[in-house]
Amino acid sequence: MKNIDSYSHTRGESVYLDDIPVVQGTLYAACFDSQIAHGSIEHVDITEAEKMVGVVRILTYKDITGQNQIGGIIPDEPLFAEHHVHFCGMPIALVLAESDEIARKAVKKISVQITPLPIITNPREAFAKGSLTIPSRKFVLGNTEDAWKQCAYIFEGVANTNGQEHLYIETQGAYALPAEQGGLKIYSSTQGPTAVQRAVSKVTGLPMHQIEIDVTRLGGGFGGKEDQANTWAALCALGALVTKRPVKYSLHRMEDMRMTGKRNPYTTDYKIGLSSDFSILAYEATFYQNSGAAADLSPAILERTLFHCTNSYYIPNVTATAISCKTHLPPNTAFRGFGGPQGMFVIEAAIVQAAEKLGVDAKIIQSKNLLQTGNELPYGQKVVSEAIPCWEKAVKTYQLAELEAQINQFNNNNKWLKKGLSLMPICFGISFTNTLMNQARALVHIYTDGSIVISTGAVEMGQGVNTKILQVAAHILSVSTSRIKVNSTNTYRIANTSPSAASATADLNGRATQIACEALLDRLKNVAATELNVLPETITILNEIVYANGEPTDLSWEKLVITTHNKRISLSEHGHYATPEIHFDKTKEKGHPFAYHVYGTAITTVTLDCLRGTYTIDAVQLVHDFGTSMNPLIDRGQIEGGLVQGIGWMTMEEVVYDAAGKLRSNALSTYKVPDIYSVPSVIDITFLETVQDNLAIFKSKAVGEPPLMYGIGTYFAIRNAIRSFNPASCPAFDAPFTPEKVLLALYPEKANAYNQ
Amino acid sequence: MIKFLLNNNIVSTLLPAGTLLLDFVRYHQHLHGTKIGCREGDCGACTVLVGSLNTQGQVVYRSATSCLMPIGNAQGKHIVTVEGTNIQGLNFIQQAFSNEGASQCGFCTPGFMVSLAGFCLQANEEPTYEQGIDAVNGNICRCTGYKSIERAIGTIANKLTTRQQESAVDFAVNNQILPEYFKRIPDKLMALQTELSVVPNNPASPMSIVGGGTDLYVQKHDSMTERNDLYFAQRESHLSEIAQVNDLCFLGSGTTVTDIAESPIFKAHFEEWQAVIKLVSSTPIRNMATLAGNFINASPIGDFSILFLALDAQLQFASMGNTQARQLPLRKLYKGYKQLDKQPDEYVERIFFQLPDAQTKVNFEKVCKRTHLDIASVNTAICLHLHSDGTIAKAGLSAGGVAPVPAFLPKTSAYMEGKVPSRQLLNEVCALAQTEIAPIGDVRGSVAYKRLLLDQLIEAHFIKLFPKL
Repeated sequence: MKNIDSYSHTRGESVYLDDIPVVQGTLYAACFDSQIAHGSIEHVDITEAEKMVGVVRILTYKDITGQNQIGGIIPDEPLFAEHHVHFCGMPIALVLAESDEIARKAVKKISVQITPLPIITNPREAFAKGSLTIPSRKFVLGNTEDAWKQCAYIFEGVANTNGQEHLYIETQGAYALPAEQGGLKIYSSTQGPTAVQRAVSKVTGLPMHQIEIDVTRLGGGFGGKEDQANTWAALCALGALVTKRPVKYSLHRMEDMRMTGKRNPYTTDYKIGLSSDFSILAYEATFYQNSGAAADLSPAILERTLFHCTNSYYIPNVTATAISCKTHLPPNTAFRGFGGPQGMFVIEAAIVQAAEKLGVDAKIIQSKNLLQTGNELPYGQKVVSEAIPCWEKAVKTYQLAELEAQINQFNNNNKWLKKGLSLMPICFGISFTNTLMNQARALVHIYTDGSIVISTGAVEMGQGVNTKILQVAAHILSVSTSRIKVNSTNTYRIANTSPSAASATADLNGRATQIACEALLDRLKNVAATELNVLPETITILNEIVYANGEPTDLSWEKLVITTHNKRISLSEHGHYATPEIHFDKTKEKGHPFAYHVYGTAITTVTLDCLRGTYTIDAVQLVHDFGTSMNPLIDRGQIEGGLVQGIGWMTMEEVVYDAAGKLRSNALSTYKVPDIYSVPSVIDITFLETVQDNLAIFKSKAVGEPPLMYGIGTYFAIRNAIRSFNPASCPAFDAPFTPEKVLLALYPEKANAYNQ
Repeated sequence: MIKFLLNNNIVSTLLPAGTLLLDFVRYHQHLHGTKIGCREGDCGACTVLVGSLNTQGQVVYRSATSCLMPIGNAQGKHIVTVEGTNIQGLNFIQQAFSNEGASQCGFCTPGFMVSLAGFCLQANEEPTYEQGIDAVNGNICRCTGYKSIERAIGTIANKLTTRQQESAVDFAVNNQILPEYFKRIPDKLMALQTELSVVPNNPASPMSIVGGGTDLYVQKHDSMTERNDLYFAQRESHLSEIAQVNDLCFLGSGTTVTDIAESPIFKAHFEEWQAVIKLVSSTPIRNMATLAGNFINASPIGDFSILFLALDAQLQFASMGNTQARQLPLRKLYKGYKQLDKQPDEYVERIFFQLPDAQTKVNFEKVCKRTHLDIASVNTAICLHLHSDGTIAKAGLSAGGVAPVPAFLPKTSAYMEGKVPSRQLLNEVCALAQTEIAPIGDVRGSVAYKRLLLDQLIEAHFIKLFPKL
């Protein structure tokens, strides 16, 4: 089934935050934010700005009616700076004006005196100075101390991954309208309507029931609008409450880029030990996460780094430590993969280092150690593994041996062009690692004309979740999809939602929809049984016709619905789902946190221009564990899109902060995401169809985040191509592999000479 | 007053001529399909088509990013937004995207729709898949990874290959690609043009000349949008000509990169011309940006500044005030970072240069983080006139991203003259070039990288021009 939004999307008729018709009297907001990463505020001067015609009000922390606090996991993030600024981009004041232009002009007339304080941007420096967001976490399996003695080979090193800008094409924003009795209705471009509701409640002091959050859709989220949408909604809410007028704020791109956090950069020390036959016996890693200036979601991201620190491999002895280091960057946040990719990069780097030193192909070590069903991961969960089937199917389907032979031949025949290849297996756990978040609700109404409307906690941001939810209802009730509408996500219809995140949105909300629809179906069947004078068990509904004992009756869907209503039986149901079986004990760091895991293997081939240091990605050919895909069109799109986003993170996407904590890659002209020419010429996707039961909706495994990590393969394919040109080159494991790093790695001696 | 055809309606406004078309369309005309992604021409979410009457009375459509286009440049044109491409039900392009799942969050989608409508309106005899891809090279999608978009474009390109004698517009209308009103646009534009011929381009005392706006609206957005004292070069036909006189090529200052890309004169005189063009920005920006604008904005990494420095282009200045008209070599224009040998009232009227002959070898190299639609870390151009014995008679070598200005390297260029291209000369040229540059470390690369990269790109020049070395 096609994405149900594609009709209005392609016609330009879909409504995003900035497209909502503006209510008369609306004020426009613009933020005055800190240009200094760390310092104490001596004086804020708003007098010139206040005098401007069209400026209605300028807010600072003094105007907050509730608490100056928007931290989600830890209350460590003020909405407005009070006496200190902690990062460049931290809000200091908010201008409310009659137009967007006036608001922005007024911002330029505000000035602030800040006495600078020492700035930390490097997580290791933060660690050395004891600047931590939360106490460190440690996952232990077996005993690495003992295991090192068994190892024939031990290697140690450092691996770094940089941040990543979300670059949702729709920037952040909110639109708050005063409601009667002192309440607020807020349109927000958020993945977490309830998180926004909570933040607004805290900042305004209003109880949650006074705050209605409504989300029709997002123009992309990728994690960037999970917690970081709270700021803009809280600012607009406060403005609306204080001025009693609607307040809108749709961020300009450069505001968005400099004021919001990104994927957490990590720097990691690792140590890997292997037996003489290349079994990985022991692995230690110490992850230094750059959380930025506040916790935001970093503690949960940190946890997922540990959950995925061994990727798709079974390692009997693991000690993994993760430290969240507080720096003076904008608070970093969720980004597709949520710490998992950062963990996986390190184990892949460790394996590659071992392989290079041992003079074997990395795939020998990778394939030798793939997870098997029953293996225990460092956090105690025993897996149902598809790792080996995915790997073997990829090797066979894409004829790896021939591919490698062709590459060798190409490299022998070409002086300036070299190809490189890598394999990248993935294993990604599905569920929020915070067990309590694995719950969802759906509200299904059937109207007396037979049409149906569904509300859930799921936010549509392009991942196609609304289409899947519609499919669930259409399937359970066996009605035409044209009878069903999926409503906007609204905290007055569905309360206490988990954010649309962790790849689990379709599973959780789809299951809740299923439960609600099944309850309605039971009710309808009972009515039909009474009407037809048969037992309820004999009733089925198929394509809007009621069947009794397998025979069609003349009771249609519409007739059944109106009959049910006339009998004063409810045509509405609120379904609740909580993922069974999962648990996790943080005091022991053990449990069974994931409903299931998703597996896959990607083979990546690149061609390097060794004269210029540039590269093209020839092909990514992968086998992915879909379970039984309920929507192959949408799922394929998620794989392709996730993969390319991962490739971007590993190649051209370079977040650059200077030593003063100022973002230098602050626009689309300086931060490059993949364009249509830079994506792999070929992306082949083979579905590993598995039919055994799992906890996914209709056995269709979650597909949002896992494919991003196939992109890591591109990094190592480029590395292999470099070493094919210059076998002595041994570049640091330091992603992304920009053309700069590639050229410096191709010619390390020349580069050194120029560095003198 | 600004007046133009917006989709199927005539619109007129008294807003300042510097107002951005994007804001006009979204906030004054309430057509919300045109999206705001970056406001600097780098994402394509705001793409519109600009239709202009050519001398044969046909409408030529080119895509443009409305975030950088002042409404002054829309005067008398046909502006098409996504709403203007809608028919009853999905049009063929929209259907192809829907079928392939090529729209996920949907925010970039209208831009793709409009760019591809432009592809379908191109009067090519043989439309190809590659041209379809090129049409969307200024559109960034963060969701799909583009493969579904490629598949949809495949379907659209296939459809276009069935076009035979029909005009692009007739074919599009008859095949549910575009709405029927497109057939009546030429007449409407003709009438509008007649009506507007009495409206002067420039106000009483123009203060600034605007080309495509692609740099002005990035650098000086806030000060531009409220201005009415602008003179629009692209509205003057004499500033948009490309002409050859003997071995000289003359270019009006309103000439866009696309004009140059499509010019038979350039195609005849430059090898791999399309490959060079492809390295310069994106299709919509090339449709808007002017050569003179590239020179005058003085970006140290302007691609055409670098190319034309090597070609030793000459500028002819005219004046909006009292300064005498004069001529200046491009190589003498740049005095320091964004400092020009140019009076405030002067503007470039024409550019001319000597076209390469059989004994002339030209090459352009550029490396950036992303090969396309990106600003160079380092770019460089070389132009060598060879004697019949193979020695270099005249040499021009330029490099961008290595100095505060687009740099001509006079010593290195002079050194090459009288010598025979060789590996040894290459090494000497690289070493000498290093003495003429002073790169700084920035977001586009470290000093060491830029120095190393220039060496590599000079080597690339030699390898390309003298493959036997």
